[in-house]
Amino acid sequence: MTISITLNGEDRSIPRPMSVAELLVAFKLEAKKIAVERNLEIVPRSAYDTVTVEDGDRLEVVRFVGGG
Amino acid sequence: MTTAAAHDLLIIAGKEYSSRLIIGTGKYETYEQNAEALKASGAEIITVALRRVNLLDPDQPMLVDYIDPKDVTFLPNTAGCFTGEDAVRTLRLAREAGGWNLVKLEVLGDKTTLYPNMPETFRAAEMLIGDGFDVMVYCNDDPIAAKTLEEIGCCAIMPLGAPIGSGLGIQNPVNIRIIIENANVPVLVDAGVGTASEAAEAMELGCDGVITNTAIAEAKDPVLMASAMKHAVIAGREAYLAGRMARKMYADPSSPLGGLI
Repeated sequence: MTISITLNGEDRSIPRPMSVAELLVAFKLEAKKIAVERNLEIVPRSAYDTVTVEDGDRLEVVRFVGGG
Repeated sequence: MTTAAAHDLLIIAGKEYSSRLIIGTGKYETYEQNAEALKASGAEIITVALRRVNLLDPDQPMLVDYIDPKDVTFLPNTAGCFTGEDAVRTLRLAREAGGWNLVKLEVLGDKTTLYPNMPETFRAAEMLIGDGFDVMVYCNDDPIAAKTLEEIGCCAIMPLGAPIGSGLGIQNPVNIRIIIENANVPVLVDAGVGTASEAAEAMELGCDGVITNTAIAEAKDPVLMASAMKHAVIAGREAYLAGRMARKMYADPSSPLGGLI
């Protein structure tokens, strides 16, 4: 069962509900350098294995970049 | 060096820094160049932004691969935020990404001037301080607004010298000086410094520090300009501590008048 999510503003499909940790692996994102927000709530690093990404979720994955 | 200068540390939110120069990390050609400029500047704090990971190219170079947050203090900003809520949301994510509480708040009013929206800045500062952040705040050069931000609990007040990225220098030294005289927390000029003499001017006014990004990143030789800024901030600080001579209306000879042949 494919589910639809919005990841960094883009519509994406993933094959099934999965944990945040699995989602990061699926998109080749290194967990230690980022922060994740799910439906406007921060997902603490310690909860990546337990928080499940579900149909309709809006996720933001961010990192530090150069800035003033 | 006199004792006053030797033990002259910048203290922000209880942490001591020996450099009074904070540099930005935007607009550099590469992160390598950025890291070199950082080294030349001697800065111990850098401002950083928080942005979405590029999903199409997750392996592209990352700032943290070139500058280690263990070596320098990362100061996450809220550049590009136009409401208090956006700023708070951004800094909560930054805290999760980095794990520290010291942040730079800037809530912008419009895209042409990048001038701060002060009512939103006050609101965001209150929300952030209530949430346990140590807030260094970009603000206009209004002494009353600066005092209000201090009363809200900001740990550093950072008035603009001129519009962000303009390199126009300190446009309102009178107000900056009044802000400094009224403040019980560090005051840093944030934005507007275009070259070394302007950083020195800010320090001679009595600023506790200077933040600059574009002046270094857009110099023809950013690494050399980073070094110039380092020396300028030190020179300006020492001149401030030394206390300049009184201005006089006419000449006053440096050599003795007596004993002339």
